[in-house]
Amino acid sequence: MLREAMAYRGLDPDLIEVSEVDTEAAARRHEFVGSPTIRVNGVDVQPPVEGEPTGLACRVYRRRDGRTSPLPDPEDLREALGVAAHR
Amino acid sequence: MPTAIGERAPDFELPATDGERHALSAEGAPATVVYWTCNHCPYALAWHERLLDVARDYSDRGVRVLAISSNDPERYPADSFEAMVERVLQEGGWPHPYLYDETQQVAREWGAERTPHVFVLDSGLQLRYRGAPDADYDDPSQDAAWLRAALDAVLAGREPDPSETQAEGCTIKWKPSRPVEPA
Repeated sequence: MLREAMAYRGLDPDLIEVSEVDTEAAARRHEFVGSPTIRVNGVDVQPPVEGEPTGLACRVYRRRDGRTSPLPDPEDLREALGVAAHR
Repeated sequence: MPTAIGERAPDFELPATDGERHALSAEGAPATVVYWTCNHCPYALAWHERLLDVARDYSDRGVRVLAISSNDPERYPADSFEAMVERVLQEGGWPHPYLYDETQQVAREWGAERTPHVFVLDSGLQLRYRGAPDADYDDPSQDAAWLRAALDAVLAGREPDPSETQAEGCTIKWKPSRPVEPA
Protein backbone atom coordinates (compact mmCIF):
# COMPACT_ATOMS: atom_id res chain seq x y z
CA MET A 1 0.00 0.00 0.00
CA LEU A 2 2.81 2.43 0.89
CA ARG A 3 4.73 1.63 -2.27
CA GLU A 4 1.60 2.27 -4.33
CA ALA A 5 0.96 5.56 -2.56
CA MET A 6 4.54 6.68 -3.14
CA ALA A 7 4.34 5.78 -6.81
CA TYR A 8 1.07 7.73 -7.01
CA ARG A 9 2.91 10.79 -5.68
CA GLY A 10 5.84 10.28 -8.05
CA LEU A 11 8.13 9.27 -5.20
CA ASP A 12 10.65 6.45 -5.30
CA PRO A 13 9.30 3.47 -3.27
CA ASP A 14 12.87 2.35 -2.70
CA LEU A 15 13.22 5.27 -0.29
CA ILE A 16 11.11 3.37 2.23
CA GLU A 17 13.05 2.51 5.37
CA VAL A 18 11.71 -0.44 7.34
CA SER A 19 12.49 -0.73 11.05
CA GLU A 20 11.49 -3.66 13.22
CA VAL A 21 10.44 -2.78 16.75
CA ASP A 22 10.61 -6.01 18.69
CA THR A 23 10.94 -5.09 22.36
CA GLU A 24 8.92 -2.98 24.73
CA ALA A 25 12.04 -0.91 25.42
CA ALA A 26 12.44 -0.19 21.72
CA ALA A 27 8.75 0.72 21.49
CA ARG A 28 9.19 3.26 24.26
CA ARG A 29 12.37 4.62 22.70
CA HIS A 30 10.71 5.11 19.32
CA GLU A 31 7.34 6.20 20.77
CA PHE A 32 5.92 3.27 18.85
CA VAL A 33 2.22 2.72 19.50
CA GLY A 34 1.71 -0.31 17.32
CA SER A 35 2.32 -2.06 14.04
CA PRO A 36 2.29 -0.86 11.37
CA THR A 37 3.37 2.70 12.04
CA ILE A 38 4.15 4.76 8.95
CA ARG A 39 6.02 8.02 9.33
CA VAL A 40 6.76 10.40 6.48
CA ASN A 41 9.83 12.47 7.26
CA GLY A 42 9.26 11.50 10.88
CA VAL A 43 5.59 12.48 10.96
CA ASP A 44 2.98 9.78 11.61
CA VAL A 45 0.45 9.53 8.76
CA GLN A 46 -2.31 9.29 11.37
CA PRO A 47 -0.82 10.71 14.56
CA PRO A 48 -1.87 8.81 17.68
CA VAL A 49 -3.96 10.55 20.29
CA GLU A 50 -2.01 12.15 23.10
CA GLY A 51 -1.19 9.69 25.83
CA GLU A 52 -1.69 6.60 23.69
CA PRO A 53 0.54 3.97 25.29
CA THR A 54 3.58 2.68 23.46
CA GLY A 55 3.96 -1.06 23.00
CA LEU A 56 4.08 -4.03 20.69
CA ALA A 57 0.39 -3.94 19.88
CA CYS A 58 -1.45 -4.19 16.62
CA ARG A 59 -2.43 -0.71 15.58
CA VAL A 60 -6.02 0.29 14.96
CA TYR A 61 -6.56 2.83 12.21
CA ARG A 62 -9.77 4.68 11.49
CA ARG A 63 -10.74 4.80 7.82
CA ARG A 64 -12.33 7.92 6.38
CA ASP A 65 -15.67 6.11 6.23
CA GLY A 66 -15.45 5.40 9.97
CA ARG A 67 -14.48 1.74 9.74
CA THR A 68 -11.63 0.35 11.80
CA SER A 69 -8.73 -1.19 9.96
CA PRO A 70 -5.26 -2.60 10.56
CA LEU A 71 -4.00 -0.24 7.83
CA PRO A 72 -4.36 3.52 7.37
CA ASP A 73 -6.78 4.87 4.83
CA PRO A 74 -4.99 5.01 1.45
CA GLU A 75 -6.17 8.61 1.08
CA ASP A 76 -4.52 9.57 4.37
CA LEU A 77 -1.34 7.97 3.15
CA ARG A 78 -1.37 9.80 -0.18
CA GLU A 79 -2.21 13.05 1.57
CA ALA A 80 0.66 12.71 4.04
CA LEU A 81 3.06 11.94 1.22
CA GLY A 82 1.74 14.87 -0.80
CA VAL A 83 2.25 17.28 2.07
CA ALA A 84 5.77 16.01 2.65
CA ALA A 85 6.65 16.17 -1.04
CA HIS A 86 5.72 19.85 -1.23
CA ARG A 87 7.61 20.97 1.86
CA MET B 1 -1.80 -31.13 19.53
CA PRO B 2 -4.61 -28.82 18.44
CA THR B 3 -7.97 -30.38 17.73
CA ALA B 4 -8.23 -31.84 14.23
CA ILE B 5 -11.25 -31.55 11.98
CA GLY B 6 -13.67 -34.31 13.00
CA GLU B 7 -12.36 -34.56 16.55
CA ARG B 8 -14.39 -33.55 19.57
CA ALA B 9 -13.40 -30.12 20.77
CA PRO B 10 -11.86 -29.84 24.24
CA ASP B 11 -14.24 -28.87 27.02
CA PHE B 12 -13.90 -25.63 28.89
CA GLU B 13 -15.70 -23.57 31.44
CA LEU B 14 -14.78 -19.90 31.53
CA PRO B 15 -16.01 -16.69 33.14
CA ALA B 16 -17.75 -14.18 30.92
CA THR B 17 -18.54 -10.50 30.94
CA ASP B 18 -22.16 -11.27 31.86
CA GLY B 19 -21.01 -12.47 35.28
CA GLU B 20 -21.75 -16.11 34.47
CA ARG B 21 -19.47 -19.04 33.76
CA HIS B 22 -20.08 -20.74 30.43
CA ALA B 23 -19.14 -24.30 29.56
CA LEU B 24 -18.78 -25.65 26.05
CA SER B 25 -20.96 -28.62 26.85
CA ALA B 26 -23.53 -26.82 28.99
CA GLU B 27 -26.45 -27.31 26.65
CA GLY B 28 -27.44 -29.04 23.47
CA ALA B 29 -27.25 -27.10 20.24
CA PRO B 30 -27.39 -28.22 16.60
CA ALA B 31 -24.18 -26.25 16.00
CA THR B 32 -21.82 -24.17 18.09
CA VAL B 33 -19.52 -21.36 17.00
CA VAL B 34 -16.51 -20.58 19.17
CA TYR B 35 -14.34 -17.73 18.03
CA TRP B 36 -11.30 -16.03 19.44
CA THR B 37 -11.36 -12.27 19.49
CA CYS B 38 -10.14 -9.42 21.67
CA ASN B 39 -10.62 -5.72 22.25
CA HIS B 40 -7.54 -4.24 20.65
CA CYS B 41 -6.93 -6.14 17.41
CA PRO B 42 -7.92 -4.15 14.31
CA TYR B 43 -8.76 -7.32 12.38
CA ALA B 44 -11.08 -8.49 15.16
CA LEU B 45 -12.67 -5.05 15.21
CA ALA B 46 -13.10 -5.04 11.45
CA TRP B 47 -14.93 -8.40 11.56
CA HIS B 48 -16.76 -7.70 14.82
CA GLU B 49 -20.17 -6.64 13.51
CA ARG B 50 -20.23 -9.46 10.97
CA LEU B 51 -19.69 -12.00 13.74
CA LEU B 52 -22.38 -10.47 15.93
CA ASP B 53 -24.73 -10.59 12.94
CA VAL B 54 -24.09 -14.32 12.56
CA ALA B 55 -25.02 -14.86 16.20
CA ARG B 56 -28.25 -12.90 15.73
CA ASP B 57 -29.14 -14.47 12.39
CA TYR B 58 -28.67 -18.07 13.54
CA SER B 59 -30.09 -17.78 17.05
CA ASP B 60 -33.56 -18.87 15.96
CA ARG B 61 -32.02 -22.06 14.59
CA GLY B 62 -30.54 -22.84 17.98
CA VAL B 63 -26.93 -22.10 17.08
CA ARG B 64 -24.83 -21.25 20.10
CA VAL B 65 -22.04 -18.67 19.77
CA LEU B 66 -19.24 -18.07 22.28
CA ALA B 67 -16.47 -15.49 21.91
CA ILE B 68 -13.23 -15.94 23.84
CA SER B 69 -10.35 -13.58 24.54
CA SER B 70 -7.09 -15.22 25.57
CA ASN B 71 -4.75 -12.25 25.22
CA ASP B 72 -2.23 -11.37 27.93
CA PRO B 73 -3.73 -8.39 29.77
CA GLU B 74 -0.44 -7.49 31.41
CA ARG B 75 1.10 -6.47 28.12
CA TYR B 76 -2.19 -5.49 26.49
CA PRO B 77 -4.33 -3.75 29.12
CA ALA B 78 -7.03 -3.06 26.54
CA ASP B 79 -7.69 -6.81 26.64
CA SER B 80 -8.12 -7.09 30.41
CA PHE B 81 -11.29 -8.69 31.73
CA GLU B 82 -12.38 -5.32 33.12
CA ALA B 83 -11.94 -3.76 29.68
CA MET B 84 -13.95 -6.61 28.13
CA VAL B 85 -16.81 -5.95 30.53
CA GLU B 86 -16.67 -2.23 29.81
CA ARG B 87 -16.64 -2.76 26.06
CA VAL B 88 -19.73 -4.96 26.02
CA LEU B 89 -21.54 -2.44 28.21
CA GLN B 90 -20.54 0.43 25.95
CA GLU B 91 -21.77 -1.46 22.91
CA GLY B 92 -25.14 -2.07 24.50
CA GLY B 93 -24.61 -5.80 24.98
CA TRP B 94 -23.62 -8.59 22.64
CA PRO B 95 -25.93 -11.34 21.37
CA HIS B 96 -23.59 -13.97 22.81
CA PRO B 97 -21.24 -14.36 25.80
CA TYR B 98 -17.72 -12.92 25.79
CA LEU B 99 -15.46 -15.30 27.72
CA TYR B 100 -12.08 -14.73 29.31
CA ASP B 101 -9.38 -17.42 29.04
CA GLU B 102 -7.00 -16.06 31.65
CA THR B 103 -4.59 -19.00 31.64
CA GLN B 104 -4.61 -19.23 27.82
CA GLN B 105 -5.01 -22.98 28.24
CA VAL B 106 -8.18 -23.15 26.16
CA ALA B 107 -6.55 -21.32 23.26
CA ARG B 108 -3.61 -23.71 23.35
CA GLU B 109 -5.81 -26.80 23.52
CA TRP B 110 -7.93 -25.62 20.62
CA GLY B 111 -4.99 -24.45 18.50
CA ALA B 112 -6.32 -20.91 18.31
CA GLU B 113 -3.69 -18.65 16.84
CA ARG B 114 -5.24 -15.38 15.76
CA THR B 115 -8.00 -12.91 16.36
CA PRO B 116 -10.40 -13.61 14.93
CA HIS B 117 -10.10 -17.39 14.67
CA VAL B 118 -13.40 -19.16 14.11
CA PHE B 119 -14.34 -22.74 15.02
CA VAL B 120 -17.62 -24.42 14.08
CA LEU B 121 -18.78 -27.54 15.92
CA ASP B 122 -21.60 -29.92 15.16
CA SER B 123 -24.24 -31.16 17.62
CA GLY B 124 -21.73 -33.66 19.01
CA LEU B 125 -19.20 -30.83 19.56
CA GLN B 126 -16.95 -32.25 16.87
CA LEU B 127 -14.90 -29.70 14.98
CA ARG B 128 -16.23 -29.15 11.45
CA TYR B 129 -14.71 -25.82 10.37
CA ARG B 130 -11.75 -23.74 11.44
CA GLY B 131 -10.44 -20.52 9.97
CA ALA B 132 -11.50 -17.02 8.98
CA PRO B 133 -15.05 -15.66 8.95
CA ASP B 134 -14.70 -14.74 5.28
CA ALA B 135 -12.14 -13.79 2.67
CA ASP B 136 -11.62 -10.09 3.45
CA TYR B 137 -11.64 -8.17 6.71
CA ASP B 138 -11.89 -4.98 4.70
CA ASP B 139 -15.09 -5.88 2.86
CA PRO B 140 -18.18 -5.92 5.08
CA SER B 141 -20.27 -7.17 2.15
CA GLN B 142 -18.54 -10.55 2.56
CA ASP B 143 -20.82 -10.93 5.58
CA ALA B 144 -18.88 -13.78 7.19
CA ALA B 145 -19.70 -15.93 4.17
CA TRP B 146 -17.31 -18.77 4.99
CA LEU B 147 -18.63 -19.05 8.53
CA ARG B 148 -22.24 -18.92 7.33
CA ALA B 149 -21.54 -21.58 4.70
CA ALA B 150 -19.94 -23.81 7.31
CA LEU B 151 -22.90 -23.35 9.65
CA ASP B 152 -25.39 -24.04 6.88
CA ALA B 153 -23.54 -27.25 6.02
CA VAL B 154 -23.42 -28.45 9.62
CA LEU B 155 -27.09 -27.65 10.17
CA ALA B 156 -27.91 -29.63 7.01
CA GLY B 157 -25.80 -32.56 8.15
CA ARG B 158 -23.12 -31.99 5.51
CA GLU B 159 -19.37 -31.48 5.77
CA PRO B 160 -18.34 -27.87 5.24
CA ASP B 161 -16.30 -27.36 2.10
CA PRO B 162 -13.72 -26.11 2.76
CA SER B 163 -13.43 -27.32 6.30
CA GLU B 164 -10.41 -25.16 6.93
CA THR B 165 -9.26 -21.70 5.80
CA GLN B 166 -6.33 -19.53 6.78
CA ALA B 167 -7.16 -17.35 9.76
CA GLU B 168 -6.13 -13.76 9.22
CA GLY B 169 -5.57 -11.34 12.05
CA CYS B 170 -3.34 -10.43 14.94
CA THR B 171 -1.63 -13.28 16.71
CA ILE B 172 -2.97 -14.18 20.13
CA LYS B 173 -0.84 -12.28 22.61
CA TRP B 174 0.74 -15.05 24.64
CA LYS B 175 2.08 -14.47 28.09
CA PRO B 176 5.86 -14.35 28.12
CA SER B 177 7.45 -17.68 28.94
CA ARG B 178 10.55 -15.92 30.15
CA PRO B 179 10.94 -13.03 32.58
CA VAL B 180 9.69 -9.74 31.16
CA GLU B 181 12.49 -7.36 30.32
CA PRO B 182 13.16 -4.70 32.94
CA ALA B 183 11.27 -1.43 32.57
